[in-house]
Amino acid sequence: MSEMITHVEEHRDDEASKLGMWLFIFTELLLFGGLFLVYSIFRAEYPLAFHESSLELSVTIGAINTIVLLFSSMTIAMALTAIQKNDQKRALIFIGITLFCAAIFLVNKYFEWGHKFEMKLYPGSPLMPLLGRGYLLYFSLYFFMTGLHALHIIIGMTLLVVCYFKVKSKNINSKDYVLLENGALYWHLVDLIWIFLFPLMYLIS
Amino acid sequence: MANNTTHTTEYRVLAKILLVLMFLTFLTISITSFHLGAFTVTVALLIAGVKGFLVLSYFMHLKYESLLLRILVGMVFVLFIVIVLITFIDYAYR
Repeated sequence: MSEMITHVEEHRDDEASKLGMWLFIFTELLLFGGLFLVYSIFRAEYPLAFHESSLELSVTIGAINTIVLLFSSMTIAMALTAIQKNDQKRALIFIGITLFCAAIFLVNKYFEWGHKFEMKLYPGSPLMPLLGRGYLLYFSLYFFMTGLHALHIIIGMTLLVVCYFKVKSKNINSKDYVLLENGALYWHLVDLIWIFLFPLMYLIS
Repeated sequence: MANNTTHTTEYRVLAKILLVLMFLTFLTISITSFHLGAFTVTVALLIAGVKGFLVLSYFMHLKYESLLLRILVGMVFVLFIVIVLITFIDYAYR
């Protein structure tokens, strides 16, 4: 009986934190959803310009980035599995791999964007007014949507770096891992958005 | 007291899901390279939908979450589809 009295109940509600994270994810989905809607409307209005513009994107780089992101999504899910199994070392390795993949994604994006800038295919370039409205809309949406997505990658990386050190200091452990769970959810969201972004921007022409 | 509704997804299951996702990615790329017109868009979006479903259910553990959460997530997608439909109807009959 005395054991029960001395036991200090920690004030924690993992179920609620997870629900909160999901509510935030809903707002993110609708944010990108709105952009997808804008994209579809203008694509229906300027089919030819959107077709021609999408040919400028490199499917190879896009495909590599897709696979890198899918792979990183799996490794962060594995990090959660590892922490649930009380395997701190593996969890750290998996988070590390995820961060490495995120960095590869951003480097690819850097080269991709750099190439577009070299070819003067950006809103406000001297070439843009000559190409017409459809092209301007496509590249505005391209830079805005992939840019916003890249921003999410950076935020996700920050969150995962925090998780990495918390796992290392055992603040995240097999009994209390809701932060890693939410961080992983955010990372999957980034992957989920890219799953739709890739075919719409790179493939459909 | 830890109140995690624990379901541990095994490494093996996660790896299998990744393989399916990669296969679907290659499928999308090869199908869209054929230029089948309007059909391409439908197929590409359908495959993306399947991929999204797999990520949500296995990577994001929705398969093992409460019914409430699963319904909530479903409603968000229903809401989005309704918004898209209404907007397109608006554009079509303007």
